Amino acid sequence: MTDTIDTGARRSIRRAIPRLGLRRGQGAGEGLLLALPMWLVFALFFLLPLAVTLVVSFWEFTQYSIEPAFILRNYADLFDGCIDGLPYLCTTLKTYLSTLKFCFLVWAVTLVIGFSVAYFLAFHVRSLPMQVTCFLICTIPFWTSIVIRMIAWIPLLGRNGLVNQALMGMGVTDQPLEWLLYSDFSVILALVHLYTLFMVVPIFNSMMRIDPALIEAARDSGASGRQTLTNVVIPLARPGILIGSIFVVTIVMGDFLTIGIMGGQQIASVGKTIQTEIQYLQFPLAAANAVLLLIAVMLAISALLRMVDIRKEL
Amino acid sequence: MKDGPRPRSFYALAAVFALFVAFLWGPMVAIVALSFQGPDGGLVFPMRGVSLHWFAVLWSNEGSVDISGAFWRSFRLALVVMVLTVVISVMAGLAFRRRFPGAMVLLYIAIASLIVPSIVVSLGIGLEFRLFDGLVQSLGGDWAQRNFVTLLGTFTSGLGAHLTWTLPFGLLIMFAVFNRFDPSYEEAARDLGASRWQTFVHVTLPIIAPFLIGVAVFGFTLSWDELARSSQVMGSTNTLPMQLAALTTTVTTPEIYALATLTTGASLLLVGVLLTCAFVLRRRRSAG
Repeated sequence: MTDTIDTGARRSIRRAIPRLGLRRGQGAGEGLLLALPMWLVFALFFLLPLAVTLVVSFWEFTQYSIEPAFILRNYADLFDGCIDGLPYLCTTLKTYLSTLKFCFLVWAVTLVIGFSVAYFLAFHVRSLPMQVTCFLICTIPFWTSIVIRMIAWIPLLGRNGLVNQALMGMGVTDQPLEWLLYSDFSVILALVHLYTLFMVVPIFNSMMRIDPALIEAARDSGASGRQTLTNVVIPLARPGILIGSIFVVTIVMGDFLTIGIMGGQQIASVGKTIQTEIQYLQFPLAAANAVLLLIAVMLAISALLRMVDIRKEL
Repeated sequence: MKDGPRPRSFYALAAVFALFVAFLWGPMVAIVALSFQGPDGGLVFPMRGVSLHWFAVLWSNEGSVDISGAFWRSFRLALVVMVLTVVISVMAGLAFRRRFPGAMVLLYIAIASLIVPSIVVSLGIGLEFRLFDGLVQSLGGDWAQRNFVTLLGTFTSGLGAHLTWTLPFGLLIMFAVFNRFDPSYEEAARDLGASRWQTFVHVTLPIIAPFLIGVAVFGFTLSWDELARSSQVMGSTNTLPMQLAALTTTVTTPEIYALATLTTGASLLLVGVLLTCAFVLRRRRSAG
């Protein structure tokens, strides 16, 4: 089954590569030369750093230096008390569970909002200029720093913020709600605010490829609106849903900024743990954590791929 | 289907869309409004007076925020990233049309570079440069002991980290561009005796130019707003988003809102200018 997913994904990626231009075999050397700068950048700033991280995760460290070695202590430290401590969760497991909780909640919310917005833009907005305008309205807020988009919630959610003022004015509560800011709630809200567009764009993209005749055919054959949605639109929008989900889930898994700022630096996440270890110059420990995070991200992606595929099988 | 009366679901989804837009814009509008407060303004509503006081404080560098260094450093970095992203993406885009060996591997690496968590990339580059530093120290002898500090910096490791973030976007845009590209123009140029370089400069490049501005917009704004990948790779310097993140914990005046308004304005201005360029280019093309 993984085989079919793999070839399917590979085929769709291959389809993305432009098929025009020169005849086969011609200018392969020139092609290599033209691709060289990109190869260099990725080799020096992506592949080698990942390799270095893997190597350093086996090194020793003291308070002020890191020493080449091959030890498993960093990994052992990560899982310290994870097995024999059960049923009590060790720090690493707790952190991963908390991160997964944020992943799942943010994914669910962005998927529902993203799908609805994409559906509206693709099927209800009737003219292209109108679609472009709606898209611009949605994207303009994305052209500003994520820090600014986070602190922008302070005047609304703070103890004396607009929301609390409104709630107290209406008599819903007589004390300002404390859980609006620097809480799980504000972290999720900010993450949804920051990344829903990453869900909208790919889903919109696959919806625009759906032939309207298919939807008409479904309707003519007597399908209700809901049936058309579940049997025609959702299956055909699957690639977009998948791409958006991978984006959102991987971003939230590695997040340390949003959880830091919106959580008032009080909420744990894997990314934040790595950041803290770096601050204390415990590089090998941070590297071991990074390797673990990378494995977790890969597992999450394969789980997503599989989940979507299983739904097709049912 | 296109012309009939709106179904009921239209109104429901239109309401969802309107709420979504309000959700996106609301907070931004709030801080832009609050940045124009009078001198005794605070961090929350109601607004206390209307003035440019906080912008003046920011401009004079008298307040708690010293921003101009980080501002211009980020600006220069974003410009360099923008130019490199356009050049490298175009070259790679042309390469992918030629089907070179290893093309699929490079594509997978580019996609992986988008998906791998930024903190991991940042840590990796930071570690890599620390090892480079050690190498220079041990090879450089006396001279290095006295003069060499570190290779980590805005335009070495910082630049590289930003490119790992902007290049995948640039490459994907180039795919979209070349997928819609009609090669018969190039064939015509070659039939008329143009060299490959002439074909590229006089035919291919003018046709793809408006889209390159799109790549430039992406390159600049992605770098200008980049924070997660910057965190471990900037050495002793910092960028504007890093400065902003640090300020969120210390500044308690509307000065930070003024700064937010300013950087957002700068970003929107640049995007506006570049998009206008693209528009004019296309206009002129279709007129000629």
